[in-house]
This record gives sequence, C-alpha cells and structure tokens, in this order.
Amino acid sequence: MTAAVAVRGIEKSYGDLHVLTGVDLEVARGSIVALLGSNGAGKTTLVRILSTLLKADAGEASVAGHDVASAPAEVRMSISLTGQFAAVDEILTGRENLVLVARLRRVPDPGGVADAQLARFGLAEAGARRVGTYSGGMRRRLDIAMSLVGDPPVVFLDEPTTGLDPQARREVWAAVRALADGGTTVLLTTQTLDEAEHLADRIAILHEGRIIVDGTLAELRALIPAPTVEHVEKQPTLEEVFLAVVGAKGTP
Amino acid sequence: MTALTDTAVLTGRSLRHITRSPDTIITTALMPIAFLLLFVYVLGGAIDAGAASYVDYLLPGILVITIASSISYTAFRLYLDLQAGILERFQTMPIARPSVLWSHVLTSLVATSVALAAVIAAALVMGFRSDAGVLGWLAVAGILGSLTLALTWLAVIPGLTATSPDGATGFAYPLILLPFVSSAFVPTETMPGPVRWFAEHQPVTSIVDAVRALLAGQAPGADLWIALAWVGAILAVAYILATAAYRRRIG
Ligand SMILES: Nc1ncnc2c1ncn2[C@@H]1O[C@H](COP(=O)(O)OP(=O)(O)O)[C@@H](O)[C@H]1O
Ligand SMILES: [Mg+2]
Repeated sequence: MTAAVAVRGIEKSYGDLHVLTGVDLEVARGSIVALLGSNGAGKTTLVRILSTLLKADAGEASVAGHDVASAPAEVRMSISLTGQFAAVDEILTGRENLVLVARLRRVPDPGGVADAQLARFGLAEAGARRVGTYSGGMRRRLDIAMSLVGDPPVVFLDEPTTGLDPQARREVWAAVRALADGGTTVLLTTQTLDEAEHLADRIAILHEGRIIVDGTLAELRALIPAPTVEHVEKQPTLEEVFLAVVGAKGTP
Repeated sequence: MTALTDTAVLTGRSLRHITRSPDTIITTALMPIAFLLLFVYVLGGAIDAGAASYVDYLLPGILVITIASSISYTAFRLYLDLQAGILERFQTMPIARPSVLWSHVLTSLVATSVALAAVIAAALVMGFRSDAGVLGWLAVAGILGSLTLALTWLAVIPGLTATSPDGATGFAYPLILLPFVSSAFVPTETMPGPVRWFAEHQPVTSIVDAVRALLAGQAPGADLWIALAWVGAILAVAYILATAAYRRRIG
C-alpha cells in the first residue's frame, strides 16, 4: 500500500443519472492532488464515497490502506472532510466548535489545540464570538481548522475556496500548502483551473464520469501540440489543456 | 465507553444550544400555561368534570400537551443540524454511530423536564394540589419520562426526513390536538358514541387517567398498564423507524 488514496473502477448512479462510470485515481502519500471538473461532474460524489458518506455501486476505493466499503471505521480514523458547504455550529463560538471536535477526536488538551488552530487561521480575536456572526471567509477558515484538529493523515477538501474573496482564498491556499509540507495527503476538488495550477502536485480531470487525464501540470501541458508558427512562444494555460482534452475525447 | 463519551460531549453541545436560546423552553411552556389559564378561569366553570377542583382534573392532559410541543423542537434542532451539514461532519469522524441521535434525545428529555416543571409550578399557583406521596410522584415522573422518550424518538423521524422547517415541526400539531379528544378536558361519558369510542381507545386517555389517579393519591389500576403498553409500543415502533431513517439519511 503506497498510495494514500487508491480508487479503481468506481461507479455511482443516482437513478438513471450515471455520475461516475469508472473512476481510477491514485493519490501518493504527502502529495496534493486536485480533482478538477465542472459543476455537476461528480467531484462531490467521489469525495463522499471516499469519506464513507456514500456507497459506490461498483469498484473499489481505499484510503490510508483501508477499504472504504469494508472498513469505514478505520477510514474515518485517518481522514477529515471539509465539505462543499461549511459545516459549523452557528450557535457555538468559534473556539467552542474547535473544542467540540477536539474532544470528539480525543485530542489531549482540547482547549490548547483550539487556541492554536484559532491563531493559525487568523481567528484568534473572533474565537469568543458566535459563529452566526462570522463572514463567509471566516466560516470557511473555521471549517478547515475544525477538519485539521487531530492532524488526520488524509484530508479531503471539497471546493475549499468557492465563494471566498481573493484574500481569504490566498489564506486557504497557504494553509493547504502548509499541510502538505507537514506530510499530510490532500485531495481537493476545484472548478477553477488556476487553483489546481497553484496548489496541486498532480491534476486529475473528471469529465463525463471518468478521469480523462491525470498528471503533473507539465505533463498536461505536453498534451497540447507544441506551438509552431508563433513568434512569441506562449505556455498553454490549463484552460486550453482542458478544452483540448475535452474537445479531443469529445462529445459522442 | 467511547459511545458514552461521545454521547456526553454531543449532549453538552446540544444543551448549550438550549441555554443559549432559552426562548424555546419558554415557548414550549407558554402554550400549555395559556391552556391552563383558559380552561381553569374561562371555560372551567361550565365544565363538570366531577373532580373537586378543575385544575387538578386538567393538569395531566396539559402535561401531555407540554411534552408534545416540546418534542417538536427536537425535530427542529435535528433538522437544522442536518441542513447545516453538521450531522455529515460527525458522520465522517470516528464517533460511535448512535451517539449523534442519543445526544438529541437526551437533550429533549432535559428540555422537556424543565418545561414540565414550569407548567406544574404554574398549576400550583392556580391552586393545583396533589395527595400523591413520593412513590406516586416517582410513578408520574416515570410515565411522563417514558412518554417523552417515546415521542422524542417519534420526533426524530420528521427531523431526519423533512424537507422544510415546517415539515419538521408540523407533525406535533396532531399530537397537541389528540388530548382534546380524550379524557384530558372533559370526561369521555359526555361525548357522542363514535367520538367517545375513539377517545376511550386512544393512548392519551389511559395516560391521563393513570397520571390523574396517581396525583390524587389513588391507585391507577388497569389504566397504568394500558398506558405503559401504549408508551412501550410507540417507543418501539418510533425507535425502529427513526434508526432506519437515520441509516437511510447518512449511509
Ligand atoms: N443525492 C442525489 N440524488 C440525485 N442526483 C444527485 C444527488 N447528488 C448529486 N446528484 C447529481 O449528480 C451529479 C454530480 O453531482 P456532484 O457530485 O455534486 O457534482 P460536483 O460536485 O462535481 O458539482 C449532478 O448532476 C447532481 O445533480
Ligand atoms: Mg460539488
């Protein structure tokens, strides 16, 4: 078991809607992989399967060496999920939210851990305030801070920066990078190409139920025919890669 | 052991919700107290319940109404947790599965007890007196506590399946109205045939009659066992349906 996350042939349908039709994906330990896909591509569905919230119809997936279907309890010991929408308790204060998670994760010194997380995510001053009074960016940061309590080795972030202003977005990016520097494996989903470019070691594009390309940014760029007659050579953006690949595999 | 710790931590959280917004308990107690006032001071004079004091006759039914209105907040709190994604967050954590629901159930027991105490205090002010001894009060507490438990599990079902806040709380209205077609306000003998038959065979009548007898310091007789059978049956069915709804809702 080398990969922190290994997905083989995962399929999932909602009734007649075949969302995932055979997803293969590997995330190496300590790396950041961005799962890129447009709205409705099935990113959240895949993340929910990996975090034991949803059962796949077919295929296998393991996280930190544990099968998500047969050993969900072990998977839950190794992961944390930051869902697409911030899941925070509005009536509690920011600090109380963190203490709650720390106590549920049996972390020694929950109060100390909570204070450290507040400081790390720039919420020290707001820590004593009810979350109901927080801005969207503050909620998101608290949400991520709660996920990281107890240092789970594998972290899933579902569209962590959607709806954030550029400043808050940069803060989240810095936190994600710090995570990976600390050895945490990160699988994040995103709709924005520049987020994938900025953060990820590898990028996997989910389109029409499958991973249609998976590679480093350089490998993905190489998929585009080299520029020929241009005088000024211009690196293709990921957007061009995306459009080229999607166009090539094409609509039926 | 971990299940107990998880339940304790989560119950602490949910109790904090109540202490942060005590208005839910006040609203819960307010309507039953208004009913007490209305029936004792406005309508009670025209009702011949045969008891020495109408407030003594009325209180057991009002306590059932208190429980019914209190548990609708449990459904509401569960619905909010589900909508906010908080249940899912707990679900991806290494937490004992039943703890999440049990924390809401225990919170409901605490909140309902406080509301019941407030209503009984109001009744005392209005002249309610009981001849029950310690054992009698313990028996009353046991009946009301198990009824609260049973109706709380019932409330879990709409809390998990509702698609709107009104859907989550609306199920309580029939429960609040059920005591009106029972021996809670007037003796069933005064009712016309089919209504009387229904009133005498629905759970509220046996529960109310048993509590009334206990509070008067009398032996409740068969009513007690019929009441406990009803409560046990509601608890069993509601528990099974609620845990099934929970499994369906979050894998
Ligand atoms: N519970 C569900 N029932 C039916 N359809 C669903 C459900 N969840 C998601 N879908 C549909 O599955 C598709 C993929 O959804 P999702 O995984 O949320 O995509 P993404 O996160 O990439 O935007 C969408 O078309 C969505 O409408
Ligand atoms: Mg999504």
